[in-house]
Amino acid sequence: MSITKKDVLHVADLARLALTEEEINLYTDQIQRILSYVEKLSELDTTGVEPTTHTVPHKTAFREDKALPSLAQDDVLRNAPEAERSCFKVPKIIE
Amino acid sequence: MKYEAVIGLEVHAQLLTDSKLFCGCSTKFGSDPNTQVCQICLGMPGVLPVLNRKAVEYAVKMALAVNCKVNHKSVFARKNYFYPDLPKGYQISQYNEPLTEKGFLDIDLEAGRKRIGITRIHMEEDAGKLLHGEGIEDANYSFVDLNRTGVPLIEIVSEPDMRTSEEAQAYLRALRDILVYLEICSGNMEEGSFRCDANVSIRPVGAEKLGTKAELKNMNSFKFVKEAIDYEIQRQIDIVENGGKVVQETRLFDSAKGITASMRSKEEAHDYRYFPEPDLLPLFVEDKLIEDCRSKLPELPQQKRERFISEYGIPAYDAGVLTATKELAHYYESVVKATGEPKLSSNWIMGELLRLLKEDNKDVKDCPITPEAIASLIEMVKKGEISGKMAKEVFEDMYKTGKAPAEIVKSKGMSQISNEDELGKIIEGIIAANPENAERYRAGKVQLMGFFVGETMKATKGQANPGVVNKILKQKLG
Repeated sequence: MSITKKDVLHVADLARLALTEEEINLYTDQIQRILSYVEKLSELDTTGVEPTTHTVPHKTAFREDKALPSLAQDDVLRNAPEAERSCFKVPKIIE
Repeated sequence: MKYEAVIGLEVHAQLLTDSKLFCGCSTKFGSDPNTQVCQICLGMPGVLPVLNRKAVEYAVKMALAVNCKVNHKSVFARKNYFYPDLPKGYQISQYNEPLTEKGFLDIDLEAGRKRIGITRIHMEEDAGKLLHGEGIEDANYSFVDLNRTGVPLIEIVSEPDMRTSEEAQAYLRALRDILVYLEICSGNMEEGSFRCDANVSIRPVGAEKLGTKAELKNMNSFKFVKEAIDYEIQRQIDIVENGGKVVQETRLFDSAKGITASMRSKEEAHDYRYFPEPDLLPLFVEDKLIEDCRSKLPELPQQKRERFISEYGIPAYDAGVLTATKELAHYYESVVKATGEPKLSSNWIMGELLRLLKEDNKDVKDCPITPEAIASLIEMVKKGEISGKMAKEVFEDMYKTGKAPAEIVKSKGMSQISNEDELGKIIEGIIAANPENAERYRAGKVQLMGFFVGETMKATKGQANPGVVNKILKQKLG
């Protein structure tokens, strides 16, 4: 599988990242190398092996449905670049 | 050319759990912004989601109620997109291995019953709420409240089996009724705890191939769902008739204008890059959980409707109205038990009680009239102690005061005179006082019966039993 600059730009756009020309070249090359490395795995014959998403054999852990105290509002908004009216203030979302 | 619409619905239902899907924050509606938020639903680094068991049980219940197969193993997946209502940058959902799939729901239409396929029901977390300020100074900002972030949802995806907005509406109502009967969702569309997106396309009648679809959003009432779909079908027909092509896109319904308008191009926005959620192990649902849920399923709306028709012999319309909520159905059954009169009970509830409750914007749960009181009222009419007209007045008083009907009748002195001897004497007096009219009646002027009935009513202050009055008058004048 080969990665092009276009792919990198598309992924960057989805993640809302603005990249310089230099970064685009750097990441294209790096992502390409990572993918080639992972591709080694396809040399293995996995016929009849169930796809594995987790390597631990545990079953789902459940919580009981009980409401617990949440964080204080001040703490919730502490990391917000801007907060107003008890809300996170963000650039206008156009719909 | 004749066209037909092809409609599929995606319904999001908020589950009525006390806590969120993956953390212990409360799900209470209407609290101060950002007061039901913790490290987990804020998406802080290093936190781990833990699944709410009750949410799984609720989803399984819904699956069983609409004949879905429950998968013993399902997998949570990350749906990645960048939006301020989603602090983690992804929504935990289910993708290619949903909790349940392949079900159906039968809907009742005027033309008869129709089966709508249900593709799948999967679990996911809700996103936060974006508030848009109204002042001029707010023009460039949105405000984010994350209280809703992480509230459990099920998404119910239908097959594209509906052909008209009426079918879509009937399907939606049936789904909502089931969710409410199961007590797993409030079903409130205005508050957003029951939301619907519609995929709509058109094709020439008889064609197999599906047309390009538009996805409709922002329809927060049953009426708007119908209006939006009808508008969209016509819009697409107009495009095709004029030689154009429908483009795949998301369109928002504008209820003020009654139109749908393009929201954004889909390709970019829908590159969700799903992958299995590494923080959650696959969900294994054992047979025991499924069977426990099955054993707790209540009688569902459609079953109840059918039972009311066959057991009580009431019309389908009555059965539909009376099973609109579980509480009303229960009330009706208590009244029937007390009165032994299914149709009369239905008439009183549908005609009088529901009208009064509606005027007060009240629920049957708050109804001040006991089933036993309705039974004694019906009994009093049957015995001729009061007329049907009086009974309606008494009923309103019962509703207002919660008093027993006998007490109201007594205090208002409105009991009906049905005693033949008593009425006979009064009527004899009236005939004696009007000899000319009595003569003319006997000579064939039968319209004068009305005159005598009126005089009798006047003499008894409207309390004479009209049936008995008519009978006696005919005897005495005959």
